[in-house]
Amino acid sequence: MKVSALLGIALWLTALASARADKVNDAALMAANPPRMLSAYGLFVDPANQIPNVGVLPYDLVTPLFTDYASKYRFVYIPGGKSAEYREREAFAFPVGTTLVKTFAYPGDLRKPNEQIRLIETRLLIRQDAGWKAWAYVWNEDMSDARLRIAGKRLPVSVTHRDGSELAIDYVVPNANQCKGCHALNKELTPIGPNARNLNHDYSYAGAVKNQLRMWVDLELLKGAPDIGGLPRAADWRDESEPLDKRARSYLDVNCAHCHRKEGPASNSGLFLTAWEDDRTAWGYRKRPVAAGRGSGGLEFGIEPGDADRSILIYRMRSNDPAIMMPELGRTLVHEEAVTMLEAWINGLK
Amino acid sequence: MGSKYRVFYTLPLLFALNTAGFAAGSISIVPGPDAAEELQEALITAEPGSMISLAEGTFEFSDGLSLDVPGVTIRGAGMDKTVLSFGDQKAGGEGFLITSDNVTLEDFAVVNTRGDGIKSKGADQISYRRIRVEWTGGPDEKNGAYGIYPVESKNVLVEDSLVRGASDAGIYVGQSENIVVRNSTAAYNVAGIEIENSKHADVYGNTVTHNTGGILVFDLPNLPVMGGHSVRVFENQVIDNDTPNFAPAGNIVGMVAKGTGIMVMANRNVHVFDNVLKNNGTVHVLIATYPNDFDDDTYVPHPRAVLVRDNSYGDGGGEPDGEVGKIISDVTGTPVPDIVWDGVVPLTEWITWTSGDDRIYVNEADGTTFANLRMIQNTLYPWSTSPDRDISDYEGTLPEPDMVSLPQLQVQ
Repeated sequence: MKVSALLGIALWLTALASARADKVNDAALMAANPPRMLSAYGLFVDPANQIPNVGVLPYDLVTPLFTDYASKYRFVYIPGGKSAEYREREAFAFPVGTTLVKTFAYPGDLRKPNEQIRLIETRLLIRQDAGWKAWAYVWNEDMSDARLRIAGKRLPVSVTHRDGSELAIDYVVPNANQCKGCHALNKELTPIGPNARNLNHDYSYAGAVKNQLRMWVDLELLKGAPDIGGLPRAADWRDESEPLDKRARSYLDVNCAHCHRKEGPASNSGLFLTAWEDDRTAWGYRKRPVAAGRGSGGLEFGIEPGDADRSILIYRMRSNDPAIMMPELGRTLVHEEAVTMLEAWINGLK
Repeated sequence: MGSKYRVFYTLPLLFALNTAGFAAGSISIVPGPDAAEELQEALITAEPGSMISLAEGTFEFSDGLSLDVPGVTIRGAGMDKTVLSFGDQKAGGEGFLITSDNVTLEDFAVVNTRGDGIKSKGADQISYRRIRVEWTGGPDEKNGAYGIYPVESKNVLVEDSLVRGASDAGIYVGQSENIVVRNSTAAYNVAGIEIENSKHADVYGNTVTHNTGGILVFDLPNLPVMGGHSVRVFENQVIDNDTPNFAPAGNIVGMVAKGTGIMVMANRNVHVFDNVLKNNGTVHVLIATYPNDFDDDTYVPHPRAVLVRDNSYGDGGGEPDGEVGKIISDVTGTPVPDIVWDGVVPLTEWITWTSGDDRIYVNEADGTTFANLRMIQNTLYPWSTSPDRDISDYEGTLPEPDMVSLPQLQVQ
């Protein structure tokens, strides 16, 4: 198993190396002002197919953030010789030069996620000396390169939905401040996704399947991790073999808790949805709203146990009105499947 | 001056063409089809200490604006001349979000946002000066919740500003400290001015009229910052607060009765003095305990150390409104007295006494009316059918909180 995995990695690295020899452009990543074109960084050897350069490792998350049903391609680049430090709860402590890459794309038909891919935007989180920087690049029509959009952009996207209907999406490319609207921890721009619990599952590296944390340790991208077998693991919210409570809390952790935590942008709400929050009022259980305005929907509690229809959390996730909807950013559509799962969870609470 | 140029860089003049246009110094933006993107880009690329000028005219936005650079001043041509309009807003919980320190907002209007008007969060030393936030269609439960909305901040200044139509509070300062709200007007909101879970606040010289409730000083449970204290409410005109409550249900201000002048709920060390209160149909001054059940051992639901003195009272209490108005007038009759305290104290104090430092004191001119409803905690019932109307029992004084001093006022 281990041998085949390593062989797979070797093949993957070789394939990348033979495609193009130029390295990632560290100077561009470290520049005070971002280049106008994404190609300047040298993160991809084949941008249209999202084939990364040498040293740029793909990854995914157990439970991903919902972004209007967009597909996402994630990569991590850590400059040679450096490693991230393990953290139990938060995203790992990445060294200067690290770049987290996330490309958002849509297939022509949501039922065929690997066909007719249209790349929309690629977001970069770059760890510079003074902290993280966030930039969004919007892809051109032929997907040969992407252009910086500091002030964000709205893009019309049309795809075939899972039920066969046409789905028109008013896709929002965030501006740099909106990036921080989610990626702020104690007011500092901070990665969210790559934490231990949400990386802790198998990934197919060019056909070789391996636990991502083990891969990161083996590649020396990660140090300080305790024995992999004992590490925290988030539930995949889609996995019906997992307990409903774990699936629900994992979904809320990923989709809400970057703001809804004591150190986050929604701290003043007092609603805290991290996976580890165990004060039940804090995670919404019979918690009254504060500063919710129309978001309360005339309901008394964030979560009314046993009654999803009387829970503000569901009301806000079902809305597309900017004054009501949650999350505030990152979606223009209702995540129907997830809301249905959360309704079942709340209806089962006592 | 070429009119096709929408952005004027006065300093420095030009940047390398292969990088994004990062500008320092001063930028001026005029209305036009690209103004929304230009302004948002300027807000992101601004250098600390720079100025963004907004020309006269109406700017249209479909998304919320945000600023995260410290020391920036944003200045319009006047609250009736430079208008940032969000009537077609598609996204964003507020019109304008500020998350950086030492920011000054001056002389412009934000109108018709879907959610809150201008929010500043964790933004220390923020100044709102001659700012208008308005929902131009008048009171409507579909209006945004808060007009001017600083939260989790230190050194907050709101002056000479105007807020109309907020479906929660016009000027709302939450979970903050060192606050001055002065010489501003709040009208046709549910709450005119609200100071919530905050300490060291001076609210003075404001005109608060045609709201549901005029000025609220609240402390709520289950929040990261609790224990509001040291608030002075003085020299305000609190008159004709007569707009029916249009808050969406579920919000704490939804319980505020039409015609409530000044309301103190929970909190410690609140001084209400030298205000003019007229034509508030339910009650001019209401001092109350948090009415809902709560699960929070650290929260004190009772108002403590409240002094009400030297206010001027006109007609009022003649049309007690809603559930609160009924609870009060069932005990006091109509007109409701000028000053009403629900009288709820911790149960331990029922069988002993309340220390002098924690009591409610009232020192008003002869003829001012008062009632202690003598309510029992966690019930809506008085323990006695007759309230205590003897205002002389409540004479006394408390040390006044120090005047709030703000660094941004000292540099002027």
